[in-house]
Amino acid sequence: MTLWLTLAVNSIAFGGLLFLLSAGFSLIFGLMRIPNLMHGSFFMLGAYFGVTLLAIGANFWVAALASALAMALIGSGVERLLLRRLASQELAQVLLTLGLSFIVSDICLMIWTGDPWQPLAPAELRGVIRAGGMIFPLYRLAVVVIAVVVAAALWLMVDRTRLGAMIRAGVDDAPIARVVGIRVSRLFTLVFALGAALAAFAGVVGAPILSVYPGLDADMLPLALIVVILGGTGSLLGALVGSFLIGFLYNFGQARFPDLAYVILFLPMLLVLVLRPQGLFGKGGS
Amino acid sequence: MTGVTAPNVTFALVLLGLSTVPLWVGNSYYVDVASQILLFAVFALALNVLVGYGGLVSLGHAGLFAVSGYTAGLMLQAGFGHAAAIAGAVVATLLAASVFAVLALRATGIGFLMITLALGQILWGIAYRWADLTNGDNGVSVSTRPAPFGINLSGASSFYYATLVVFFLALVAMAAFERSPFGASLRGTRDQARRMTALGYNVWLIRFLAFLFSGFWCAVAGLLYLYNKQFISPQVAALQASAEVLLMVISGGTATLLGPIVGAAIVVIMKYVVSAYVVRWNLVLGVIFVAIISFMPEGLVPGSIRIWGFARRRWRALRPARKGAVGAPP
Repeated sequence: MTLWLTLAVNSIAFGGLLFLLSAGFSLIFGLMRIPNLMHGSFFMLGAYFGVTLLAIGANFWVAALASALAMALIGSGVERLLLRRLASQELAQVLLTLGLSFIVSDICLMIWTGDPWQPLAPAELRGVIRAGGMIFPLYRLAVVVIAVVVAAALWLMVDRTRLGAMIRAGVDDAPIARVVGIRVSRLFTLVFALGAALAAFAGVVGAPILSVYPGLDADMLPLALIVVILGGTGSLLGALVGSFLIGFLYNFGQARFPDLAYVILFLPMLLVLVLRPQGLFGKGGS
Repeated sequence: MTGVTAPNVTFALVLLGLSTVPLWVGNSYYVDVASQILLFAVFALALNVLVGYGGLVSLGHAGLFAVSGYTAGLMLQAGFGHAAAIAGAVVATLLAASVFAVLALRATGIGFLMITLALGQILWGIAYRWADLTNGDNGVSVSTRPAPFGINLSGASSFYYATLVVFFLALVAMAAFERSPFGASLRGTRDQARRMTALGYNVWLIRFLAFLFSGFWCAVAGLLYLYNKQFISPQVAALQASAEVLLMVISGGTATLLGPIVGAAIVVIMKYVVSAYVVRWNLVLGVIFVAIISFMPEGLVPGSIRIWGFARRRWRALRPARKGAVGAPP
């Protein structure tokens, strides 16, 4: 029983991390129509930035935000300087992000070596909460809270602000959005930077749980991919539900069927692709 | 295609060069590298069927390649003979390819790419994690090579010749495919899927059969790989490997016979040369990938022809212009 509960808490925390990662992935996919195959690289590079800042004595949250900011700059650079050159050639854009992900992973290996880095959780969250004879690690609960707060903020931004309305218009129909005067190309840069920042933030927040190691990018990218295919592209609600679903499947799969953890992870995605190709919360049509 | 034309002479020279590699290379290490170029050329030609002629970019082909290698390797370990292992590998790969095709062909373009990527990751996950079946990270070793018609293939040169024969078979099959009505209809589904449907073609079936054709040559390449290295590990099924073979196709030039072969040669040689001097093969791979996609999206073979033609036209245009260029507006 305790094992199951611990697994459940871990699953929820992991789901929260996945949401931070895949929310940006989903928005980029929805708006630019490309799966950003360097999203895992943003996550890993952000995590490495974070642990480096922590190693020189920065506050945990300062490190997370600084890393997110740095990655927003890098992300907008990638979009402006490289992806923009290949506008409307989706396939070339996807392959470009794939090529960049190899470059990033090798540079990370060069700079941060092959040894894993696992920073401590921030001092104020290192304890545990005891409730009903059970022990909950405080940091994992905090991750869930952060994910929920970010989800709420993103939802407010997308659903309630002018910027959000423009993004939604771009997701629904980019050419018409252009016609009515929305500068969709500027939205591309903005959303790409936002997605990169969220991924980096998730990387730093996830570092005390997952640690940072070479190959983290390749571990996280397929998860983001599954979440978004499950939830539907461009849908924040879909990303949220998909994240927690995959969080549970991943943790329970690892615990119960470690040999087939990957198969279990990808099965729901295949089911959704076959039965409902637009994703659980995606819009019909395309 | 007949007569003494420049392409035919070049072709004959290349043929002569290829069939004498072990004679002038000497060192068995480099003969082995030459075998790998040929087997990866077969792999790249297989992927090119989908990417080039079908317009379907797959990022899961390394999974099919690995299914073939692993099936044969595991069957050999279980005590089966070479013939049974080879037949088993081809059948298993065709089965895997048909599952891939049924799932991935629900989409085209980016959707196809994502589904194949996910399927490839599943196969990688099985190779890596299902240690009871696949021996996990330790991989599977094979102690002997087959001896077709009693010819011993254990040496580097004899294996090279065997690979060369298979490579020519693949090349002939690809050339026949390219000229066949089937090849034409696959190109039709790439360029005008809707019109093909209107003309009464079953677009889905054409793509499905193309996937199987591609899968068959993936199986052949996977077998060549297994016997060449006498070892296979999950690395073969990784996304990196799928990206590498895609790079071979794209860098050489899609929808050509020569392109994937040139691409395979470039990538394999780069890999060996670069890894001999620097550890950063992935970095180099990524940089080439990005550079080719950004500057020569049509591939090195057509891209070089384009740039060469452009340079020649500019040069011709420049020469008369020099004589009477005085006062010409800039």
